[in-house]
Amino acid sequence: MSQAAVVARTSSEGAGGFAADTARSRVVLEQEYRLMTSTFPLHLAVALDGAGWHPAAWREPHSRPSELFSASYWTDLVTTAERGLLDFVTIEDSLSVPTAHPFGPVDNSVDQVRARLDAHLVAARLAPVTRNIGLVPTVTTTHTEPFHVSKAVATLDYTSRGRAGWQVKVSASALESGQFGRRSIPELSEQDRESIVAGVLPDFVRDLFDESAEAADIVRRLWDSWEDDAEIRDVAQRRFIDRDKVHTIDFEGKYLSVRGPSITPRPPQGQPVVTALAHQRVAYELAARAADLVFVTPPGAEQVAPIIGEVNAAQERVGRRGEALRVYADVVVFLDADGESGQDRLDRLDALSGNEYRSDAYIFAGSVSALADLLIAWQEKGIDGFRLRPGVAVDDLDAISGRLVPELQNRGVFRTEYPQENLRGVLGLPTDVPNRYAAGTPAA
Amino acid sequence: MSSQQRKQVILGAYLGGVNHHTAWWDPQAGSQIEFDSFEHTARTAERGKFDFFFLAEGLALRERAGQVFDQDIIGRPDTFTVLASLAAVTEHLGLAGTINATFNEPYELARQFATLDQLSGGRAAWNVVTSFDAFTGQNFRRGGYLDSSQRYERAEETLALVRELWDSWRSDDIVADKDSGRFLARPDAGEFAFHGSHFDVSGKFTVPRSPQGRPVILQAGVSPQGRDFAAGNADAIFSPYGDLPDAVEFYRDIKARAVAAGREPGEIKILPSASFVLGTSEADAIEKYRDIRNQQVTGQTALILLEQIWNRDLSAYDPEGPLPDIAPDPEAPPIIQGKAFIHQDRFATVERLRAVAESKKLTLREVVIDQFERGPIVGTAQQVAEKIDSFVQNDGSDGFIIGSHLVPTGLDEFVDEVVPLLQDRGALRADYEGTTLRDNLGLAIPAEREKASAR
Repeated sequence: MSQAAVVARTSSEGAGGFAADTARSRVVLEQEYRLMTSTFPLHLAVALDGAGWHPAAWREPHSRPSELFSASYWTDLVTTAERGLLDFVTIEDSLSVPTAHPFGPVDNSVDQVRARLDAHLVAARLAPVTRNIGLVPTVTTTHTEPFHVSKAVATLDYTSRGRAGWQVKVSASALESGQFGRRSIPELSEQDRESIVAGVLPDFVRDLFDESAEAADIVRRLWDSWEDDAEIRDVAQRRFIDRDKVHTIDFEGKYLSVRGPSITPRPPQGQPVVTALAHQRVAYELAARAADLVFVTPPGAEQVAPIIGEVNAAQERVGRRGEALRVYADVVVFLDADGESGQDRLDRLDALSGNEYRSDAYIFAGSVSALADLLIAWQEKGIDGFRLRPGVAVDDLDAISGRLVPELQNRGVFRTEYPQENLRGVLGLPTDVPNRYAAGTPAA
Repeated sequence: MSSQQRKQVILGAYLGGVNHHTAWWDPQAGSQIEFDSFEHTARTAERGKFDFFFLAEGLALRERAGQVFDQDIIGRPDTFTVLASLAAVTEHLGLAGTINATFNEPYELARQFATLDQLSGGRAAWNVVTSFDAFTGQNFRRGGYLDSSQRYERAEETLALVRELWDSWRSDDIVADKDSGRFLARPDAGEFAFHGSHFDVSGKFTVPRSPQGRPVILQAGVSPQGRDFAAGNADAIFSPYGDLPDAVEFYRDIKARAVAAGREPGEIKILPSASFVLGTSEADAIEKYRDIRNQQVTGQTALILLEQIWNRDLSAYDPEGPLPDIAPDPEAPPIIQGKAFIHQDRFATVERLRAVAESKKLTLREVVIDQFERGPIVGTAQQVAEKIDSFVQNDGSDGFIIGSHLVPTGLDEFVDEVVPLLQDRGALRADYEGTTLRDNLGLAIPAEREKASAR
C-alpha cells in the first residue's frame, strides 16, 4: 500500500497546480495539457473475473454471487463497461476452478468462488447485447487445439461484428493437465514456484510458452487462410469461391502441425486483436511474437519505464516487425464509495477473507480523482493504456464507468463517444490488415 | 381437440450451408456466415414455437483431387460460438450443435456445453459424432485413425466421462450465503475421477449444474452397434428414414432397444430431418421442387456425387449421357475428402444406380437427381401439415428437423403457413410452457447424484 500512497501523493502534487487555479483557468490549463499530451486519448479496459478480483468480493452487498453463472450478470457487467466507453473487457479463464494461488493446488475451502464458465462462450453470449465494446476472452493454448481456437475467435468476430480479441494463456499446472488428460505436466516444486515468482521459468514452462507462440501463429495463419474476397458467388459460372484465394497453411512447427485452411472465412477484422499478460522475459517474448497488445504489471510508477524497456528489448530480440506492441498496465482498483474509502473497503474485504489481498498487479485504493492522476502519470511514462481489475466487479466497475470516466473526460484525456470503428480501430491498430497469403503480399 | 391428448410434433430447425442443397444462386439467398442469417433463422424458429435450432459442423473444407470445392457453399462458423450468441437473441429455443468427439477432449466438451447450458438457461444439446479420418486429422494434434470398434468404445467412454463431469455438481452445491461466508455447500463440489481405457482424468469441474440437469444428447446411428449406443445414451436420435414403413420399423426398434437398456420408450425421441417445398397447389409445389432439384444438381455436382461412389475421376463423362461404364475403385486413395460418406458397398450401389437408369431411362445427371436425396415434404401448406402430423401420429417419428434450401429466409413460409395449421390440429404447442429444452421436449430432468457420494 505504501507504493500506492507514494504514487498518489506524487500525482496529486502535480494536480495541485490545477486545484490552486480558478475554474476558468483550469479549463485553459487542461486544454494546454491535452496539447502537451501526445498520447491522447487515454486507453482504458477492464478485466472481468467472477465477482471481482478480491476473493471476498462475492460477499459485498451489491454482489450477486448466486448469479455468477448466469447470462444476466455478465450482461449487466459488460453493458456497464460499455456505458463507460471502455476499449474492451477481458474475461479471465483457466481450465481449472479458481484457486487461492495461481500455481497452487485446489484447497478444500468453501468460502470462495470455486467455479467458472468458459470465457469464450461468455464473450459470445455478450456479443449480440453490445455494440461497441471489444470482447477479449482468455483461451488457453496448452491443451486446446489451435484450429478450434482460430475458428472460435473468428466466429466471435462475426457475431460481434468486428469486436473480437483473444487473451492467450499458457496452462502450466499439473491440475489442468490432470483434468484434461492428453498430456502430463509435472507438479511444480516449491523451488519452481519461488523461481517463477523471481522471474525465472523452469525449462518445461519455457517450452510451454514456446509452444503457445506456435499455437498463436497457427491461429493467425488460419485467419489469413481465406482471402477477404475469396467468396465470389459467381452465379453464371456456378463458382461460389475463387479457390486460388483459399490457402492451406501447412504449418510444421517444433510442437504443432496443422494443414488448414480454416473452415471459417477470414473474420471481419482480418486479424482479431491478440493480447497476453506478461510479467517477465519469456512472457514478454511470447507477447512480442504473438500479440498486438501486452498487459504488464508495474508495481509502481518508477517501474513503468524499465518494464517498457524490457518489452521493447523483447520485441527486438524476437525480430518483431510492423506495429509495435501496445502496452497496457494492469491495476487492481478499490475505489472510494459513498461513505467508505477504497482503503476501508479493501481492509474490510481482507478481514472477510482472513488474508491481506495480494496481486501480481499494482493495487490502488482511493478516489477516482487520485486514480485519474495515477493513470495520467503512468501514461506520461509511456504506457499506452490501462486494464483495470475491479476489486469488486459490480461496485468498482460502476465507479469506473460512472465516476472515473467522467473525471477523465473532464480532464480531456478520454473519448466522449465510441469511434465508428472495429476493435482494431478503437485501439489505434491498422484496420486494413494485409493477408500474408494474398498474391503481392510479402511472405510473413 | 385437446393438445394434451394428441402426440406433439417436435420441431427442430436446421440452417443449411455447406452442401449442394443450399441455393446460394437464388437472388433471395443471404450469407451462410454472417450472424444475421443465424439470428433470423433462430428467431423465426422461435416464432414458430420450434423445440430447437440445430447447427451442423465440419472440421475440414471438402476437397476433390486435392482442390477445395468451388461450385457450392464452403465456409462455416464455429458451432459453439454461434449457439452461445444465439442464446442472447432467443428465450425458449433449444440450441443444438454437432461437435465431433474425436478432435476434442471430454473435459473441454463438457465444459463448453455446460457453459452454453448455463448461459442459455438450460437450452443446450449436443449431437455427438465421431470421425477418425486422417484427412481431417491433419488439422489437429489428435490426428490419427481408430478402427470402428475402438471408435464406439471411445465414444462410449467420452459420453460416460462427460456425464460424470456434468453430474459432479449438485443443484444445491452453491449456497452463496454472504452472511456466513459460505459459498459452497460441500468442499468436494465438482470433484470427479474417471479411469477408463481411453481417458484417465481427475480433478474439479468448473461449471455448476445446469438448470436442465445436463445438456440434451442427440445421436445418429443406423448400424446395430450405433442403434444400441443411441438407445442407451441419447435423448433423441436422428432417423434416416422418410418413408413410413421403414420409419415405423426403425422407431419400434429404437424404442425396444431403449426399453432393453432399462429406459422408458418416451425417454428417447426419434427425429428425421426433412426439407420442404410449399406451393399454391400440389402441382405447383411439385413443379417448384423439380426446378430446385434441377438447379441443385448441376452436371458438375452430379459427377462429384458419383465420384464419391466410384472413387475415380469422372470429369471426362458427359452428365447428360449414360452412367460411367467402368467399375468403382475402392482401393485408390479417396478422390473426395472432408465429407462424411458411408461407403457401404460401392459395387452394389453402382449396380443399383445402373438398374434405375435402365428401367427409368435416365441420364447420369437424372439418376443423381432421382436417387441422391430423400424427397422433401412437398405440397400445399395444408398437405405439408397433414403429412408431418400423420407421420408422427403413425409413429414414423416424434417430429422433424426442418430446413430449407434457402438461407436464411426459407423457414419463414413454413412458420407463417404450416405452423398455424399444426397448431390448429393440436399437434404443436400454441406457446412455450417451460423454460428449458428438456421442458420443450417433454424430457424429465435427470436424477442427481446422492449427496453422500460413494466416492
